[in-house]
Amino acid sequence: MAHAYTPGLKVTPRTRIVKERRLPLKGDVVVKKGDVVEGEAVVARTELPGNVQPVKAASILGIHQEDLEEYMLKKPGDAVAKDEIIATAKSFFGLFKSHVKSPVDGSLESLSTVTGQLILREPPIPVEVHAYFDGTVTEILPEEGVVMEAVGAFIQGIFGVGGETNGEIIMAASSPEDEVTAATLRPEHKGKVVVGGSRVHLDAIEAARKVGAKAIVVGGIDDSDLKEILGYDLGVAITGHEQLGVTVVVTEGFGRMNMAQRTFDLFGSFEGKRASVNGATQIRAGVMRPEVIIPTETQLSDVREEAGEVEGLSVGTPIRAIRTPYFGLLGEVVSLPPELQKLESEATVRVLKVRFQDGSEATLPRANVEMIES
Amino acid sequence: MAEKKELQSILATDCGSTTTKAILIEKQGDTYRLVVRGEAPTTVEAPFEDVTKGVLNAIMEVEELAGRKLLDGDKIIVPQEGDTGVDAYLSTSSAGGGLQMMVTGVVKSMTGESAERAALGAGAIVMDIVASNDKRLPHEKIRRIRDLRPDMILLSGGIDGGTKTHVVELAEIIAAADPKPRLGSSYDLPVIYAGNKDAIPEIKERLEEKSSLVVSENIRPTMERENLMPARHKIHDLFMEHVMAQAPGYKKLMSWTSAPIMPTPAAVGNIIQTIAKQENIQVVGVDIGGATTDVFSVFQDVFNRTVSANLGMSYSVSNVLAEAGLPSVLRWVPIDIDKMELRNRIKNKMIRPTTIPQTLEELVIEQAISREALRLAFEQHKALAVGLKGVQQERTISDTFDQSSSGETLIDLMKLDLLVGSGGVLSHAPRRIQTVAMLLDAFLPEGITQLAVDSIFMMPQLGVLAQVDERAATDVFVKDCLIRLGTAVAPVGKAKEGSVALTGTIQLPSGTETVHMTHGSMKLIPLAVGETAQASLVPQGKLDLGSGPGKGVNVTLTGGIGGIVLDCRGRRPFEIPEDATSRVRKLTEWAEALGLYPNTEAVPV
Repeated sequence: MAHAYTPGLKVTPRTRIVKERRLPLKGDVVVKKGDVVEGEAVVARTELPGNVQPVKAASILGIHQEDLEEYMLKKPGDAVAKDEIIATAKSFFGLFKSHVKSPVDGSLESLSTVTGQLILREPPIPVEVHAYFDGTVTEILPEEGVVMEAVGAFIQGIFGVGGETNGEIIMAASSPEDEVTAATLRPEHKGKVVVGGSRVHLDAIEAARKVGAKAIVVGGIDDSDLKEILGYDLGVAITGHEQLGVTVVVTEGFGRMNMAQRTFDLFGSFEGKRASVNGATQIRAGVMRPEVIIPTETQLSDVREEAGEVEGLSVGTPIRAIRTPYFGLLGEVVSLPPELQKLESEATVRVLKVRFQDGSEATLPRANVEMIES
Repeated sequence: MAEKKELQSILATDCGSTTTKAILIEKQGDTYRLVVRGEAPTTVEAPFEDVTKGVLNAIMEVEELAGRKLLDGDKIIVPQEGDTGVDAYLSTSSAGGGLQMMVTGVVKSMTGESAERAALGAGAIVMDIVASNDKRLPHEKIRRIRDLRPDMILLSGGIDGGTKTHVVELAEIIAAADPKPRLGSSYDLPVIYAGNKDAIPEIKERLEEKSSLVVSENIRPTMERENLMPARHKIHDLFMEHVMAQAPGYKKLMSWTSAPIMPTPAAVGNIIQTIAKQENIQVVGVDIGGATTDVFSVFQDVFNRTVSANLGMSYSVSNVLAEAGLPSVLRWVPIDIDKMELRNRIKNKMIRPTTIPQTLEELVIEQAISREALRLAFEQHKALAVGLKGVQQERTISDTFDQSSSGETLIDLMKLDLLVGSGGVLSHAPRRIQTVAMLLDAFLPEGITQLAVDSIFMMPQLGVLAQVDERAATDVFVKDCLIRLGTAVAPVGKAKEGSVALTGTIQLPSGTETVHMTHGSMKLIPLAVGETAQASLVPQGKLDLGSGPGKGVNVTLTGGIGGIVLDCRGRRPFEIPEDATSRVRKLTEWAEALGLYPNTEAVPV
């Protein structure tokens, strides 16, 4: 039978978590295989070549580019300081002098007698890769990074902004319906991963920044607030690089969305535990969802591997509606009529019948539900 | 050579970024016909990460509907034996965002543009054009290449025998960026060099170890000549060998197909050119997908394709809002809707891209967004399809300098004969007249224009089939694919709302229809598929139907599922009232004139 459904997000209390931690360029790995490290620990470091600044030296000096070398006070490889004179030329029998000053601290990388340009390079930029979560180094990728592993809880969100961070879980809501407002954020949230209920408001995110919270995990957010936070209208869901001061992970969607009870309870059971959070989202090829990792065992033990094959929808499958008019409601599949049915929009599609948690039943397109996975 | 066996049945799939579509074609008597189609969600992403699962799901649906066995476990049965299996299996793919390329050139408007055309024509999305004169600093270019992670880079620059410095510098920038491919890090990024042939040794020295370098002929051997085909062929080869082979499950899929997998846009381009050639007409085609929108045109025998990488109806839906702006989307919504609610709904579609509109209100919103996505994509097409002659074109030196900045667009809406729509939102609109309305609103065709839609979104499959069996592709295309929607009649020019805009008569099979249209109004006159009507129409005042202001035309109008649409809303300018009340009233009036929605009045206003 053909399956038509959307696979859900992973929300599991115990699984094996494996992540590659790579440098953007080749460098040094500073840990050994088998090391048990904390999330903040540096596992590899390198230096990115500094930014490059071209200078049109020949035209500044008013000389032919092929003669440039004669006028240079520095040669390729030499260190240069900002505003230091690196080339000079005299004209009109020595009456006028013209100079080329270095616009940056760094070194003279090259000069071109074809274009008359100097290439100056700023000092290298140190880059470090952290372990990200508390765990064991299980593999060394020579000169590139490591593979980190741990056992623990793994919760995927649907959308996030902001990069990797770490902190203790703290519940800021007593139920999944509670909204996170500015008043919710208090000084004790400093350095914490704050878990809320149904929606986080713009002022709450600003308050979270002020108190120094590391991350906010919540059911929903209004798009208008997201636009304010980012300073632009997000066009394509590729995030994670934002410098917001706080990472935000949304578990359900845009608008007021109660966090799924199961997800909420799972966070509650881990209150006080250290978590690693990443808001990076990519809804395209190589789909990437934001995540919260709560390592429980840094030393590896056997974890039952999950069933490899994902089963399709069947009667009794727990689902979540993921489109208006039932968005966010949870329920279970009552039946899967094989024949196509006409919707209110007059589209004719495959449907399923759902019984929601309040006992009401509805017919939905199969494309508009996702399975709740464990 | 052995005599080629005539194909009795063909199975073809198109793996889109959201849905995988399968069609079964069989020979019936002397002609090929579509038998059934099936579809399933594409399974390139986790947890499946294997495109073949979605393909098999779609084929299983075909099996169920056709009542024929096509699969033996996880294998497609080829060739057909009795009632089992098919003689050929073909596929196109745009899953995973299609083929994403970065191109380089020395001068952005010269080799840069040639490289862009080469990549676009091969079915790629051009993520960026890095040129020596693009005003970015080298380190900015390096960072950009690193961030983009293209599937492939086309490195061009310089004419043969010209200066090597700049193109070598570009190679150095690429080498410094040392980009990793998007799909998997186990292979080197393919780089095609198609620049100054004298620089080949220097390019090899800089890139051979850092990338999977392939050398092709220069795309711009002289200033006046473009030579795009060799580079395009290389792009297709590398697409198969490297990019596709890395995407989850594609190695398996490639082993199943009877011919190479084609990038979806390249296949659609094939079919559009076929229509233009066979009917000797000027055509615009559009394919609006989840992530991207492609526009194809053939004017004066010149084929052009553009792709708007971030205009689409699912993955990119939010970008349509970002680029067009909320007011532009709202101007097509005949209901008063809370703006915050609308924003949230659009974002929710972005993060759950495979969902479909269940309520009428959701459908109306989705179709409003599509109008803006199509409009923006067409704007981009008009800007790029300028004085370009594609392959092997001889230009004068002055043409060369003109082509980008002052080159006139080839797109002439008054001369356009046929506008073809394709892609989920157009092909699957619950009412075909909704497709007519979306095409009219987005493209604003002028004068007399025929409209058609790819009935079940199978232009991609037919495009790839045309490579194997042109006749089979043409048969199915004419009989089953292209649904004639009808003809639009749209006078161009400015007039006063309510003034007489168009008069005349139309000789319908059922009798003579007298035309008396006022400016700002629309009317639908039924004329069935296959029927034609002689019309004698006179635009009033300064309005123009193609013969000049106020000059009458005598034309044959072609019928379709919609019929004849008299669109007297005006062009240049086309205006929609800005205040909400007047806008809703006007949109409702037009919706009623065309019968766009069930019980249009009942849509909450």
